Amino acid sequence: MEKKRGADIVVDCLLAEGVDTVFGLPGGAIMEVYDALFNAPLKNILTRQEIAASHMADGYARATGKVGVVLATSGPGATNLVTGLATAFMDSIPMVAITGQVPTSYIGTDAFQEADVTGITRPVTKHNFLVTDIKDLPMIMRQAFYIARTGRPGPVLVDIPKDITQQYSECYIPTDEEVKASLPGYNPHYEGNIVQIKKAAELIRQAKRPVLYVGGGVNLAGANKELLELAELTRIPVTTTNMGKGAFPETHPLALHMLGMHGTYYANMAVYNSDLLISVGSRFDDRVTGKIQEFAPEAKIIHIDIDPASISKNIVVDVPIVGDVKIVLKKLLKELQKKPVEWVKARESWLKQIEKWKEEHPLIYEKSDKVIKPQYVIEEIYNVTKGDAIISAGVGQHQMWAAMFYKYSYPRQFLNSGGLGTMGFGFPAAIGAKMGRPDKEVIAIEGDGSFIMNIQDIATAVQYRVPIKVAIINNEFLGMVRQWQQFFYDNRYSSVCLSVQPDFVKLAESFGAVGLRATKPSEVKEVLQKAMSINDRPVIMDFVVDREENVLPMVPAGKSYKEMILTPRQKGEADTMYLVG
Amino acid sequence: MVEEIKTVKIRKQPETKIRKHTIVVRVQHNFGVLARITGLFAGRGYNIESLTVGKTQDPDIARITIVVEGDERVIEQIIKQLRKLIETLKVRDITDIPHIERELVLIKVHTGDEKARDEIMRLTNIFRGKIVDVSTDTYTIEVTGDSDKLEAFIELLRPFGLKDIARTGTLALIRESAKSKLQKHQVE
Repeated sequence: MEKKRGADIVVDCLLAEGVDTVFGLPGGAIMEVYDALFNAPLKNILTRQEIAASHMADGYARATGKVGVVLATSGPGATNLVTGLATAFMDSIPMVAITGQVPTSYIGTDAFQEADVTGITRPVTKHNFLVTDIKDLPMIMRQAFYIARTGRPGPVLVDIPKDITQQYSECYIPTDEEVKASLPGYNPHYEGNIVQIKKAAELIRQAKRPVLYVGGGVNLAGANKELLELAELTRIPVTTTNMGKGAFPETHPLALHMLGMHGTYYANMAVYNSDLLISVGSRFDDRVTGKIQEFAPEAKIIHIDIDPASISKNIVVDVPIVGDVKIVLKKLLKELQKKPVEWVKARESWLKQIEKWKEEHPLIYEKSDKVIKPQYVIEEIYNVTKGDAIISAGVGQHQMWAAMFYKYSYPRQFLNSGGLGTMGFGFPAAIGAKMGRPDKEVIAIEGDGSFIMNIQDIATAVQYRVPIKVAIINNEFLGMVRQWQQFFYDNRYSSVCLSVQPDFVKLAESFGAVGLRATKPSEVKEVLQKAMSINDRPVIMDFVVDREENVLPMVPAGKSYKEMILTPRQKGEADTMYLVG
Repeated sequence: MVEEIKTVKIRKQPETKIRKHTIVVRVQHNFGVLARITGLFAGRGYNIESLTVGKTQDPDIARITIVVEGDERVIEQIIKQLRKLIETLKVRDITDIPHIERELVLIKVHTGDEKARDEIMRLTNIFRGKIVDVSTDTYTIEVTGDSDKLEAFIELLRPFGLKDIARTGTLALIRESAKSKLQKHQVE
């Protein structure tokens, strides 16, 4: 067999996995791999910061369902990936990170740009490898991709010393069977236990006040059709988590929208009063449950999840079902269809009660014709994109408004850092998403604080002519922290004012992007329409919004749903609703 | 209309009691695998009472015995997290399965006068220990047994003045008789 250079083996393995795009930034220890990439038939995207590269690979993976690939050099290059890996890990996003390492003989000597990268990334990856022999390289590369995309997906890191990328060896790329056989301890369960599924079906038949509580797992498994079928067959209302957005069409009459800390009144009340909670691909995060002892106090719980460790971690459940949510939902549907479904009639009074909550406590905000309300910007983005755009968001108030006021209708439509809550995520993730889904309009909804954390990568978007749109919800504050300080720290605004900031329009222009600004409500639509007409480079829109608008409803951290804070209008106290336009 | 829950209700969670568990883990004997396991315990805030590791009859497989204290839910979570590691082949909580537990301890104790020396020798014999090193004023004693026996022995020696102690941590194997019963049970 012909001998190949280690770096070329790496690229061969990427191509064998069907990788078409990689994101990264070169440096000494990974130069050999970049040399091999020079003529390789894949898009090699040069970013300006490794963290942005990791979020781009993540955004690409979230939008396409394929494994995102990021490259970085040893030491600081690799340590810059840590936040991106942790972000992907918390949200179960399939990613492979390839990092250069100092030559084998230098490891442990505190060499230039040396860091213990497998040690540092161990708790934030699904698995990681240090390649110590070039003969292992093809198998490790294949194992990395296999582990990243199967079971509960997640990021995997492969650390390759420079001398290994320079050595020559025979390159045999192992088959799927050989990869599986090489990982005897890794056997994800997909099928779901049929006895448990039958039990779940029986509970569903008996329930009077059931609710489906849906998480990101449904998006990851592509189980949205099965979910819709289940909800419609059983007439069970559906609430989604932030990560579950898009798994169920939000315009559907059974949609309760988001639950939890910034959930709707009717979603939270439905969960609180439910007698059966069917959790599908969600993990009872504290931002969802609030005070765990008072979460759905009367409900029996069915929990469908691919990860056994997610089950009964935060809350003890009655019927655990470990498996792929798509496969399990299919089996559950089959089970429910075995008997006539007359029992759904008993659900009508429950659905009426939910309708009443929806009417009395709708998800609305105080409108204004003097100052731009952030929620209004999101609504207009929804209108101008006809609800079809992929939205990515940073972290903070704007993220929650993006979750609340854009109505999502298909899986992988809303990309945000739900678990780790990584500021700066939205913009680079949008670049990655657009590269993976050029057919879709991709809009990053960013805060001024969040956007500036990865602002350097406007250069990347300009260089590769990625026509994404960035909508900055600019309130010159770290808005979510400010809101908490207003509510819980007696208005002491400590370290949250960001009024010293660049002129985002000029900044965009200086990078070669288009910059636009709206300061009055009447300008919002115009700015958005103008942005949509530009398709050859990124557009940065600066929406100067009401500085002290709050995200409501809100269940304060660690409190019960019963302690939800609402605006007067959400409480139903205002007699008229103000309409804009 | 459905009656809304007005009063604050509390979700019933099963009661559990805290006790010591012995967990046996078989792993692929790869570079860094022990760091993954200890890192998991440290990162999730579980306290390890003892941890021992060694090769098995198959040099590619290592066996790790972990003694950890916690309630049922914590232990269940620990086992699930251990199973989640890619290199883990098998995890078993053997606390309630008949098994043999052994630990070895080396104790260096001050001997003082002849009376003390006699007494220490007597105790060592009772505990079926061996004196493995002798100096003018110390004995080094080797004892094996389960943790409770070793604790008892150490407490008896404490009044003489303990100079140093080295313990291996607990090793455990399931009794073969229990194993065949378990298998039979599984078949049924």
